[in-house]
Amino acid sequence: MAEKILLVDDEKDFVETLAERMRTRGMNVSTNTSAKDVLDNVDIESFDAIVLDLQMPDMDGIEALKLIRAKNPNLQVILLTGHATVEKGIEAMKLGALDLLEKPTDIETLTEKIKKASTRKMMLVQEETAGKIKDIIGGKGW
Amino acid sequence: MHTNWEIIGREGINFYGKMSASISHEIKNILAIINENAGLLSDFTMMAERGVPIEPERLKIIAAKIAEQVKRADLIVKNMNQFAHSIDEQIKTVVLDDLVAVVVKLSLRFAANRGVHLEHQPAAIPVSITTSPFLLKNLVWLCLDKAMDIAGEKKNVSIIAKDGQNGVMIKFKHSGIIQEKSGISFPGEQENALLTLLRAEMEINDEAGELTLHLPASLDQ
Repeated sequence: MAEKILLVDDEKDFVETLAERMRTRGMNVSTNTSAKDVLDNVDIESFDAIVLDLQMPDMDGIEALKLIRAKNPNLQVILLTGHATVEKGIEAMKLGALDLLEKPTDIETLTEKIKKASTRKMMLVQEETAGKIKDIIGGKGW
Repeated sequence: MHTNWEIIGREGINFYGKMSASISHEIKNILAIINENAGLLSDFTMMAERGVPIEPERLKIIAAKIAEQVKRADLIVKNMNQFAHSIDEQIKTVVLDDLVAVVVKLSLRFAANRGVHLEHQPAAIPVSITTSPFLLKNLVWLCLDKAMDIAGEKKNVSIIAKDGQNGVMIKFKHSGIIQEKSGISFPGEQENALLTLLRAEMEINDEAGELTLHLPASLDQ
């Protein structure tokens, strides 16, 4: 099944071109140019991974990451940045980002990270579902 | 106790670093767009090798996008070059509007990050000033930074440079309140050091939502 990806960057030309290339590689890609819109988007749709720019005009990527993870801890976020400092990388990982990639990025590397994100999300959802089933069975006292 | 030169030395390095980081960030964004368009061309070539025809119209669009980004990068580098050369001569006669325009262009990303609309209103009659271009750019940036921080509800900041009563003036309209909202005294140590060395005065009018710099037409006099 095609990975469902949300690509977020305030540079319209960047998101549109990258999205086209990802679609050519079989991915199902949606785009946003505003971090605030992403928060509405994750409420109504499910994604295997969100590729998020670290620095956007309306909201800092780290702030957006915190809010996205608070809404759904299973969501896998890959951050893109113009300048990947060690400090930013550590901060992003501590907040649950899957990875931090520096722009300009190589599409093959990004695709690899997306596949990793998709697998990780699937495992988390399966674990969550197994936990829920266990709770239901345990609660019935069978 | 630090001397004014020690203070502005430290502040000058901060200013230079901040602007350089912002410029390099913009250039990285441009490179990322060019990189994706080059990648798209490569994807089309691979598809053509497998028999999928290339539409010339698509190639035209990609070429136009690359050309647009090259133009954008060229403008950024031009501003960067102008900024870098402002430390060539300690005192120089410059057109005040040009000096302000460079600081405004370099500040656009900072404005966008704060959701501020920044506008430079060119003077009807351009005025010249004999001053330290780097120190004045630094002072204009500090005032602009403050104006963007406290900008009123509409988040509009405008800047105009013109003739003043005893020299020239640079007016920042921000519609905000400097003293109340910031909680930090302004002008602070850095601004005061620059004001002294540039023989300038700062006028804060919170009622009108304005900040004005009054500068001598020449530091040589």
